[in-house]
Amino acid sequence: MMTPITLGHYLTLGALLFAVAVVGIFMNRRNLIVLLMAIELMLLAVNLNFVAFSHYLGDMHGQVFVFFILTVAAAESAIGLAILVLLFRNKSSINVDELGELKG
Amino acid sequence: MDVTTGFFYLFALVLLFAALRVITARNPVHAVLYLMLAFAQASAIWLLLKAEFLAITLVLVYLGAVMVLFLFVVMMLDLDLDSLRKGFWRHLPLGALLGGVIAAEMAAVLLTGFPYTEAAPQAAGGWGAAVAEVSNTKELGKLLYTQYVYPVQVAAVILLVAMVAAIALTLRERKDSKAINPAEQVRVRAGDRLKIVRMAVTRPSESAPAEESKS
Repeated sequence: MMTPITLGHYLTLGALLFAVAVVGIFMNRRNLIVLLMAIELMLLAVNLNFVAFSHYLGDMHGQVFVFFILTVAAAESAIGLAILVLLFRNKSSINVDELGELKG
Repeated sequence: MDVTTGFFYLFALVLLFAALRVITARNPVHAVLYLMLAFAQASAIWLLLKAEFLAITLVLVYLGAVMVLFLFVVMMLDLDLDSLRKGFWRHLPLGALLGGVIAAEMAAVLLTGFPYTEAAPQAAGGWGAAVAEVSNTKELGKLLYTQYVYPVQVAAVILLVAMVAAIALTLRERKDSKAINPAEQVRVRAGDRLKIVRMAVTRPSESAPAEESKS
């Protein structure tokens, strides 16, 4: 059963992680902070794929790309959390259902 | 089965378990802590893939900064957990079906589609040639500061904009602050402070003091 680890194993792990994050977005549809965490998990799955390809294909450019993804993800979560704090100050809730004020 | 295989399965199992707990944990603080566990396992897997610099970066930047930021925010908010969890189990069948389909389809393609067991033999020349021999950090640094120097600066600008935006969004001036602005005080003129009002002279009527003394 224990075949040697191939690139496919790492990619499958990334796919499973991504699927778990998608299920998390479906199940925690109301909780904004868990939604942000699920997005972080998705980015982690993508980064795992990049690093695995970079290792098995012998190409460093994949790791450079992971570096930039980490940068953008850090910026995204910082701004996301700032918006979250602002929402909580104004509405005393982070329930996604109550944020439909721009709806016509 | 060698040591790497065993470690891969160990880290992968803990990673998936932690990810599942992130999305099912009742308390958001527990969810953040499990997310930290997940990132730690991912970092270990990246070490198996010989991406040392990125693994350490993940630990420093993600576990050290971003997750602590999450933890601060979660602990700062006073959440009403029951209303947030209301539709939780109702969405489970659809979510599980979708997630299962995604995972099964991708696994079916990926698990057998990429049978490389060793790192590919390097093509002569090119940046990839030195992955195995030279340190990972050195190679990454060479790439970042030569070929990718412009994107690195764009990334720096993105981080700066994110910092400014986060501060500007959450900054709140204190309303009860009595601090004075020295520049305004230096610039002040007599006319701003003292105003001479010319008005008709009024005399107290003669009866008024008499009434006061009576009462």
